[in-house]
Amino acid sequence: MSADAGKPPPMRRQIVLSGVGGQGILFLSRLLAEAAIAGGFPVLTSETHGMAQRGGVVVAHLKVGGFDSPLVRTGRADILLVLKEENIPLHREFLADGAALIVNAPAPIDAGPRVRVHAVDADAIALAAGVPHAVNLILLGFALARIGGGNASGFFCTAGEIREALSRRQGAGGSMVAASLSALDLGIAHGT
Amino acid sequence: MNDRILMQGNDAIARGLVEAGCAVAASYPGTPASEILSSIDRWRKKCGATMHVEWAINEKVALEIAYTAAISGLRAAVSMKQVGLNVASDPLLSAAYLGVTAGFLVISADDPGPHSSQTEQDSRLLAMMAKVPVLDPASPSQARTLAATGIELSEAFGVPVMLRPTTRVCHASQDVDAAPFRPPTREARFVKDPARWAATPVFRRKLHDRLAEKVVAIAAWPATAPIRVNPEVSTAKAVVASGVAFAHARELFGELGISDRIALYQVIQPYPLHTAFIDHLLETYADILMLEESAPVIEMQIADRRRVAGRMTGAVPGTGELLPEIIERLLSRFAGLPVPVEALPAQGGGRRPTLCPGCAHRSSFYAIRKAAPAGIYPSDIGCYTLGINLGAVDTVLCMGAAVSQAAGFDYAHRLSGKQVDIVATIGDSTFYHAGIPPLIDAIVQGARFVLVILDNGTTAMTGNQPTPGTGIGAGGEATAAVDMEGLVRACGVRFCRVANPDRLPEFVALLKEALVHAREGGVAVVIARQPCAMVTLAAGGKEPGAIMITGECTGCRHCVDRFECPALIFDEAANRVRIDEMTCTGCGVCVSVCPVGAIRQESAGEKRS
Repeated sequence: MSADAGKPPPMRRQIVLSGVGGQGILFLSRLLAEAAIAGGFPVLTSETHGMAQRGGVVVAHLKVGGFDSPLVRTGRADILLVLKEENIPLHREFLADGAALIVNAPAPIDAGPRVRVHAVDADAIALAAGVPHAVNLILLGFALARIGGGNASGFFCTAGEIREALSRRQGAGGSMVAASLSALDLGIAHGT
Repeated sequence: MNDRILMQGNDAIARGLVEAGCAVAASYPGTPASEILSSIDRWRKKCGATMHVEWAINEKVALEIAYTAAISGLRAAVSMKQVGLNVASDPLLSAAYLGVTAGFLVISADDPGPHSSQTEQDSRLLAMMAKVPVLDPASPSQARTLAATGIELSEAFGVPVMLRPTTRVCHASQDVDAAPFRPPTREARFVKDPARWAATPVFRRKLHDRLAEKVVAIAAWPATAPIRVNPEVSTAKAVVASGVAFAHARELFGELGISDRIALYQVIQPYPLHTAFIDHLLETYADILMLEESAPVIEMQIADRRRVAGRMTGAVPGTGELLPEIIERLLSRFAGLPVPVEALPAQGGGRRPTLCPGCAHRSSFYAIRKAAPAGIYPSDIGCYTLGINLGAVDTVLCMGAAVSQAAGFDYAHRLSGKQVDIVATIGDSTFYHAGIPPLIDAIVQGARFVLVILDNGTTAMTGNQPTPGTGIGAGGEATAAVDMEGLVRACGVRFCRVANPDRLPEFVALLKEALVHAREGGVAVVIARQPCAMVTLAAGGKEPGAIMITGECTGCRHCVDRFECPALIFDEAANRVRIDEMTCTGCGVCVSVCPVGAIRQESAGEKRS
C-alpha cells in the first residue's frame, strides 16, 4: 500500500475471526461490519455455515475499505481474533508481519517474533460473570482496549462505535443490549 | 452514517426479487441457499407486499409451484442448492421448452470446495443442458442487481433464467444499496394453450426450435454482455473471469499492478456466452486465461482452443475452490511476474463438527449401535450425517437414499443367503422430501429393515426451517401439519412406533423389538421424536439439573468415544472425564451411558455449588 505524501492512507483492515460453532463468530463479524458501514467504510465479509457450523471450526473474514474479494489471503490479516486457542495452528497463516493476534487463552502464547500477541482467559471471565455465551464480546472488548481503534494498527473503529452498533443491532434500552454492553465492558476492563 | 445496508448475499438476492415485484417464491432449504426464502419473507413484510412464499416439500415441487405462477402472468422465483437442482431438473428442462409469460428466476447456489455439499457440481452446466441463460454474480451487491436483471431477461424472451451464486456470494456480506420496493400489482391470468402448456412430442420439436432461436438472441442481449474493467489497455493478453473468481482477480490486478498490462473482463452471463464477445476475444488476444467455478463453462464456448488456458487445459486446477491464493499464483505466472510460493489456508483440520450437546440424534445413534451392533447403517442428508462420529452411519448418498439403500442392502445380501440387521436413519424433513416413494417401494418389494425417522420437528442443519409436519409456514403463519404416523402406516408399514430416544433403555428395547419384526419379514418404522435441542434452548428451554462426574469414573472413555458429546471432556492428565459447563445442556442422557454409573444429575432446580 502506498500512501500519498501528506494524506493519511485510506483505512483498510483485514480481520480474521476464528472459533468453533456456537461461540458467536458470525454475530461478531456482522457487528463489526455494521460498525464499518456506520463509519462510512465499504465492507465485505465471508462466513461459514451449514455442516461446518455444528461445533466444528468456524472462521469469518472481514475486509474494511476498498476490496473486491470477500476472502483474506494467507499472510494478509492485520488482526486475528481467536476464540478457541486450539485453532491457532489452523489460522495463524493468515497473519501479516506485525499483525495482532488476540486469543482467548488461560496463559500467554508464543506466536513468534513478528506477531503482537494479546491473551485473555475469556472463558473464565465469562463463567465467573455467569455469561458463558458472551465470550465473543468479552474478547472483542479486550481486543479493542489492547490494540485500540481508529488508529494505524488497531481496529477501524473505536469501542464507542462498537457500543453504538450493538445498541442499533439489539435495540437500545433493552435488556439484551444491556447484557451485551456489560460483556463488552468486562472485556475492555480486562484489557485496560 | 450512510444508508447502505449490510446484506448477506442471500438477503441481497431476496431484496432484488422483492424490488422487482416478484409475487411467488418457493424453496427447499439447503446450504448455501437457505436464507434466500426467509429473507424474501422479511423484505415482503417490510414493504407490505402480498406474496405467496413457501417452504416446499422438495425442490421439484418448489420449482413447479413458482413456474406455474410465471405461466399465469406473475413474476416468480425458486431457490435451492445445487444438488437440489438435480431433484428439480425434470421440470426445469421441460419448462425451458414451454417458456413463461412472466419473469421466472431459478436460483441454484453452488458450493465449490465443497463446504457443505455432496458435490462441487456446476449448475451452469445444467443451465446449458436445459438451454436457459445463466447469470453469475461476483458479490452480494451484484447478486441483488442480477436478480432483477434475470427477471427482466426472463420476461423479455419468455424463458426461465438461472441465477447461479456460489457460497462466497451467498454467505458473503456487504454494504448494499437498496432500491424502492415495487409491490406486485399484476393479476394472475392463465391463458389456455394446450399445444404449448401440455405439448406433445410433435409440438415439443417446434418449441425446441423456438428455444434455440431465443438462445441465439440472448447471446446478443446488451444488458448481460461481458464487462471490460480496463478498456484503455491495449495488450495481447486477457483474463476472462466470472463469479467470485472475478472479484478475487480484480482485487489482485490492483495489488499486483498488472491492470495496465493485461485486459480484464467479467462475464455476467456465462451461458449463452455473447457471440460478439467470443469473436472479439479471438480477434484481439493471443493468450486468454479463464477463471471460473467450478466447470469450464465459458472456456468450452471459445472455439479456438490454442489461445485459451483454463480448467480444460490444466492451467487452472480442475477441481476445488479457486481461492484467491491460487488465483494470485495463476495471475502472476500469466503476467510473467515471480510466482509466490503456495500458502493455502488450512483446509479441514481442527475440531471436527459434532452433533450439538443435548441433541437427541446422539441418543438414537447410541441406541442403534446397542440394539444392532453388527448392523448396516444407511443414513441421509442432515445434521444426523454426523452420526458417522458415533459409528452409526455407514452410507450417505443423497436425499432420501437411506430408505432405498436399506432396501437395496437387504435384497443384495438376501441373494447371497445372508440375513443382516439393517437400521436406516433419516430426518423428518428429508423423509418428507424424498423418503416416501422409497418406503412405498420397500413395502411393495417386501424389504426387511428398520427405519428410524429422526423427528426433531425442524430442518435443523440449514437453520431450523419448518417441515410439513411443523404446522408453521415460511412467514411464521399457521399451516396444516402432516400426521407422520398416519403417513407411514398409509405407505403400508405394519410396525410403526413413536418414542423419545433420550429415554435410552426403553428406546434400545423398542429398537430390538423393531429388529425382530424386520427379521421376520417387513419394514419396521421407529419415529424418534424429540425437539431439536437448539430450538428448545432458543425458546428458553427446560431447567435441567447439573451433570456431575463422581469419583467412580475409571477413565474408560466409553462416554467420550461412543456417546461423543462435546460437553464430555476427557482430562488426559487426570485420566477421567469432566463436564464442560460452557456447553452442557443438562439433558442427562449420558447418565445412562456410563458403564460404572459415574455420571450423576442433580435434580432440576438444585443449585450448582
